[in-house]
Parts: sequence; C-alpha cells; structure tokens
Amino acid sequence: MRLVLLVAQKDLLIERRSRVLLWQVAPFGLMTLVLCGLAVGPNASTQAKLAPGLFYIVLTLVALLVINRASQLESSRGTATSVQILSIDPGAVFLGKALAMFVQLSIVGTALLAGTTVLLHVPLHAAIVTLPVLLLATATLSLAGVLYGRIAASSTNAGTLLPALALPAFAPVLIAGERAFSSLIASGPLARWVWLLGVALAAYACVGLLLYGALEES
Amino acid sequence: MAVASLSDVVVTTGSFPLLSGVNLTLESATTYVITGPNGAGKTSLLRLLAGLEVPSRGRGTVLGFDICSTERRELRRYVGWLGHETSFYPDLSPTENLLFAARTTGADVDLIPSALERVGLTHRAKVSLKLLSAGQQRRLSLAWLLVRRPQLWLLDEPFASLDDEGRDLTSQLIKAAQSSGATVVLTSHGALPAETNATSIVIVGGRIVESAT
Repeated sequence: MRLVLLVAQKDLLIERRSRVLLWQVAPFGLMTLVLCGLAVGPNASTQAKLAPGLFYIVLTLVALLVINRASQLESSRGTATSVQILSIDPGAVFLGKALAMFVQLSIVGTALLAGTTVLLHVPLHAAIVTLPVLLLATATLSLAGVLYGRIAASSTNAGTLLPALALPAFAPVLIAGERAFSSLIASGPLARWVWLLGVALAAYACVGLLLYGALEES
Repeated sequence: MAVASLSDVVVTTGSFPLLSGVNLTLESATTYVITGPNGAGKTSLLRLLAGLEVPSRGRGTVLGFDICSTERRELRRYVGWLGHETSFYPDLSPTENLLFAARTTGADVDLIPSALERVGLTHRAKVSLKLLSAGQQRRLSLAWLLVRRPQLWLLDEPFASLDDEGRDLTSQLIKAAQSSGATVVLTSHGALPAETNATSIVIVGGRIVESAT
C-alpha cells in the first residue's frame, strides 16, 4: 500500500507542476461540452435527454488525454530505464498510477458534470445523485486506462494507437454510465448498470494486476 | 569470485542481433571498460548485465541472479545504472527524484543531502530537472549511485556531456567504488583518465573479440 501511495503521489506531483489537467484537459472537455450543446440545438428537453450520452462521450475523450499524458511520463528511454532499475513492484505501479488517474479524472469529471447540468439542462438532483456512479465509472476508466496506456506506450505511435485500443474497452463503461445517468433523470432501472460498472472495475483490476509486470518487461 | 558469468548469450531485437554468442566472466572488485565502434553492442551488453535485456539464447548469472528468468527484475535492485540519456522525471527536482527512488527501494533517504553536495547539485536541489543541463542531470544519476551504494556499477559513457570538473568528479566516484570493493563496468569511446585501472573488453558486431588487462 505504501508503494501504491508513493507512485500515486509522484504522478500527482508531476501533474501539479505541469498543470496539464488545469490548462489543457479541463478546457478541452468544457469546450467539447459547449460544442455538443450547440450541435444538439436550443431545445432544453432534447438537450436533457441527450445529456447523459454526451457527458460520457466527453468524459471518455478527456480520459484518453489523461491516459496519454500519464503514459508519457515514463516514455523517454532514459526515464524508463531509471524506473526499471528501481524494480518497483509492478502491481503497486499499476494501482498507484490508476489511483493518480482516478483523482485527476474525478476532478475533471465533476467539473464536466457541473458544466453538463448548466449547459444541457440536467436536473440538479439527478446530477448530484449520479456522482457516486461517476466515481465508479472514473475508477474503472482509470484501471483500464493505465493498462491500455502501458500497451500503447510500447509502440512508437502511442498517441494514435491508444484511442484505437482503448475506446472499444471503454464501451461497457460508457454504456453503463450513460444508462445509469439516464435512469436517474427518468427514474429507470439503475442497479444493473451499477453492477456492470462494478464487474468491469473488478475485471480490469484483476487483469491489470496480472499483466502489468509482463507489459513493463515487454 | 565471479560477479557475472555469461555463456553463449544472444540478444536480438526483432530479427536483428544486438549481441551474438557472448561469453564473459566478470570478477568482483574489478573495473572493466567496454570499447568498440558505434553500434557494436556496448550499451546492449551493459543493459544485459543490468537485467534490462532478455537473452533469446544462452545462459547467464549476474550477482547470482539468473538473467534468463524473472530473477533479472530482482537483480536490478543491486545494480547501479548510469545511462547516457536523461534519467528520472524531468518535472521533479533532484531532491524529489531521489526521495522517490530511495523510498520505493528502501535506500537511506538521509544520504540524499550529502550525495547532492558531493556531486555539486546542492544549489540546484529544488529546481525542476528539465531546467538543468545534460551534465547536471548526469550528476544527479551519480548522486543516486552514492545513495544506492550498489555492488555492481554499470556506467554507459560516464564521461560524456561532462565538463572537466564533472570528469574529475566521475573519476573520483569510480575510484571510491573500486576501493569499496564494488565491480565497475563502463563503456567508453575515448581514452579513460590514466588512473582508471581497468580490464579492457573489446566488442565488435555484437561479439567480444578481446578481453585483456
């Protein structure tokens, strides 16, 4: 657990220094939300109906940026070698990086949810009660993101390979998150979608813990 | 006593051979210098000894760890590495980088201030690494070796990018490692400082063609 926290603390410290999340990722997400609002048109009920789907698409795009940034931290050969020499437990690296990514995605996700509430006319109570689901979704995206970020990082075309690899894997999160959010707006079934998110989270955690070391070595 | 023993080791990347049929024994408390033309396999041999390359054929042990198995990950904990690229995290300061490395490996964090002072980085200890020159970044890697106190020092072109003061410092640290009983293996294109008493290993085309004192 100590190693997990050390790795997470290091990634968050780097983010605090570079401020990529604040000055690049968050503005990109908010601008995309505004464009979505403009594309849907001025009808408030249409906007509210489409808001959950649009929100999760924007969150997924933002997640790709955060994952790409996180996997670039060790992309230079010198940094990669010096980290390899430290021989940190791969499971701790996987969970630590996922924890740092979860913190970042949760902050941006909450800001985007506030933006969605204002720009796409989502009822305030639905936005508030969907927060726990959002946190579950961002935790799942973080675990999957670290895994796919590591796979893509071994390629020289990591920036373009990552979306091709990760977007299909993010589909269950996107669908379950969108359905859960819609259910909270329109009082539909919620449990099955939360359950799906939980299963995806557990699956990615297990696969990541099993494979991350091998991916590092490759 | 042998620190490393390689027998008919082959390392490839794709179908391209980096090292071909390498046989080598390194004795403890000895300094070795690997020389050879560009692309001869000097860095690959050093990376193999660090447990950073996976042999596709042959067998070998370094510090008692089998480099053909997953033991090579454990080996890295006992190896000191100085590469010729920028190491560590560019967005963190020298102190933050060393703290992270020490805490994750269980090294003594109390040694960090004295190590930074020894390599002349005390006045830059809290500056982002990306703002330091290439020579200063290499000094940070030297500081890490002082904190880590490895049994096996693997230094890739340790005198590159260094000014006269940096070269003197590196020579002093190598001598200190020699006198502490560590084994030092370094690569070099040019002449080494005269006082570096080393056994020469010449590598050409991924094969060791000469090994002599």
